Amino acid sequence: MRLITFSGPPSSGKTSVIISTIRALKNNGADVAVVKMDCLTSDDKELYQKENVPVGVGLSGNLCPDHFFITNIEECFEWGIKKRVDYLITESAGLCNRCSPHISGVMAVCVIDNLMGINTPKKIGPMLKMADIVIITKGDIVSQAEREVFAFKVRQANSKCLILNVNGITGQGCTEFATILAQAQEHDAVTGEKLRFSMPAAVCSYCLGEKKIGKEYQLGNTRKVEFHD
Amino acid sequence: MINSIPGEKIAIILKTYAYCHDFFDAMVVDYPPKDKYHLTVKEYFESLDSYELQTKGVEQEDLVGQFVSFLENMEERQKSVQWNIESLTIIGGQNKHGEQENVSICLKPGDVVSIVGPTGSGKSRLLGDIEWLAQGDTPTKRRILINETIPPQSWRFSIEHKLVAQLSQNMNFVMDLTVEEFIKMHGESRMICDIEEKIRLILEKANELAGEEISLDTPVTALSGGQSRALMIADTAFLSSSPIVLIDEIENAGIDRKIAISLLVTNEKIVLIATHDPVLALSAERRIVIKNGGIEKIIETSRNEKEHLHELEALNQKLMNYRELLRTGGSF
Repeated sequence: MRLITFSGPPSSGKTSVIISTIRALKNNGADVAVVKMDCLTSDDKELYQKENVPVGVGLSGNLCPDHFFITNIEECFEWGIKKRVDYLITESAGLCNRCSPHISGVMAVCVIDNLMGINTPKKIGPMLKMADIVIITKGDIVSQAEREVFAFKVRQANSKCLILNVNGITGQGCTEFATILAQAQEHDAVTGEKLRFSMPAAVCSYCLGEKKIGKEYQLGNTRKVEFHD
Repeated sequence: MINSIPGEKIAIILKTYAYCHDFFDAMVVDYPPKDKYHLTVKEYFESLDSYELQTKGVEQEDLVGQFVSFLENMEERQKSVQWNIESLTIIGGQNKHGEQENVSICLKPGDVVSIVGPTGSGKSRLLGDIEWLAQGDTPTKRRILINETIPPQSWRFSIEHKLVAQLSQNMNFVMDLTVEEFIKMHGESRMICDIEEKIRLILEKANELAGEEISLDTPVTALSGGQSRALMIADTAFLSSSPIVLIDEIENAGIDRKIAISLLVTNEKIVLIATHDPVLALSAERRIVIKNGGIEKIIETSRNEKEHLHELEALNQKLMNYRELLRTGGSF
């Protein structure tokens, strides 16, 4: 089975791109399943069900979504194997821009859009910098020149990735994207595979439910802002 | 040669490759390097606090490799592309009802072809097929040949060297930049060296096209519709190296379309324009008629039509004159 991890900031068009990609993959005769990782709620389950593919939803709730992702990816993978699909797509939101669910040897896709501003690519961490494919959406609502500049900025932040412009609404670009996914590495399991980058540490008193402000309440892994006047 | 760069001093690198600034800015902590200019790139990377790097999402041991591939990429981008495009051929597929189009049309540099048809008939789809270099893999099943052969797949994905530039219907600017910064940044992304000269040229041409004067310090988001279009067309004509330009309806408002087209044509590009405007449609040598999502026919602009074109242009000019008169507070 081929595992494809999708990540990207909220509203960048991940779900639309994935849906068009599912259609393209199915057109090529492949079976696909999706796992959507979200924080509080997710309405995307219905959207995926309309495509007649198996859907799993994981809500991280009180936990860091990326930590939640990586502690569950094994189970997701096993579920995909049980469903006997050729592709398992996971979708997760990169809420803090520092996160990255990308795993070595597993096709990693980052979806961002042209409207985010030219400084965004360098501000996004490993989620973009370590992706194999960066998909840029919403190209139809900006000028050619801006598309070029934005793609250039992505290139500067990740010099090795393949950059694809995809139209999330019409799905233009997804047919090609699907042919690239067919070259992704296949896996029998993900147990023992490694994250491409360490996740942000998050073990402090606030992780454990502390609510009060003040030094004496702060325990564990904390950091302070430095002011250089 | 690039592989020896990690051993070069930071000060020299920054002077030789000004664009490295962007890499350091994005990937490195403790930048500018203050008292570290004498270090080599490798030493500099090793001197950085790995914990701080981690918080920025960068793995220290990967930095040298990433820097090298960044430089390789920029170098590749600098190579000016010799497209040598002699022809673009559109081979018909099928319309919405699955009926065969049974046409093919061949375009050469300097050619202008218009695309006409009712709204929703599929004009934009044809432009989309060309941009995508379709090979029977879009709903229309059309095929696009370049120099009478199937273009390499990699052309579709190349961000560095794009064959087709598209001026879309929605020509909004979203970037928070002034006109000058915008052209400069676009020029930098294309590794253009005499950027000051280009900025001057683009501004001059954009102002010839637009009714209202554009100044360099205007934010691009504050430009009017006509000004935006004028700037984009001038930018495409003089900065973009793409030999094929697709235009989805140059709106009537605020720009001189005839000058716009001639700007693009004098730069030896193949131009396709989807339009509802009779003057524009007839000023092309040929027009593709779209119906029900398919190419219905291709019409050569006849001598009779060319003669009528003069009348239409005169009419158009008359309309423009009244427009200008009223705009400037005149009456008649």
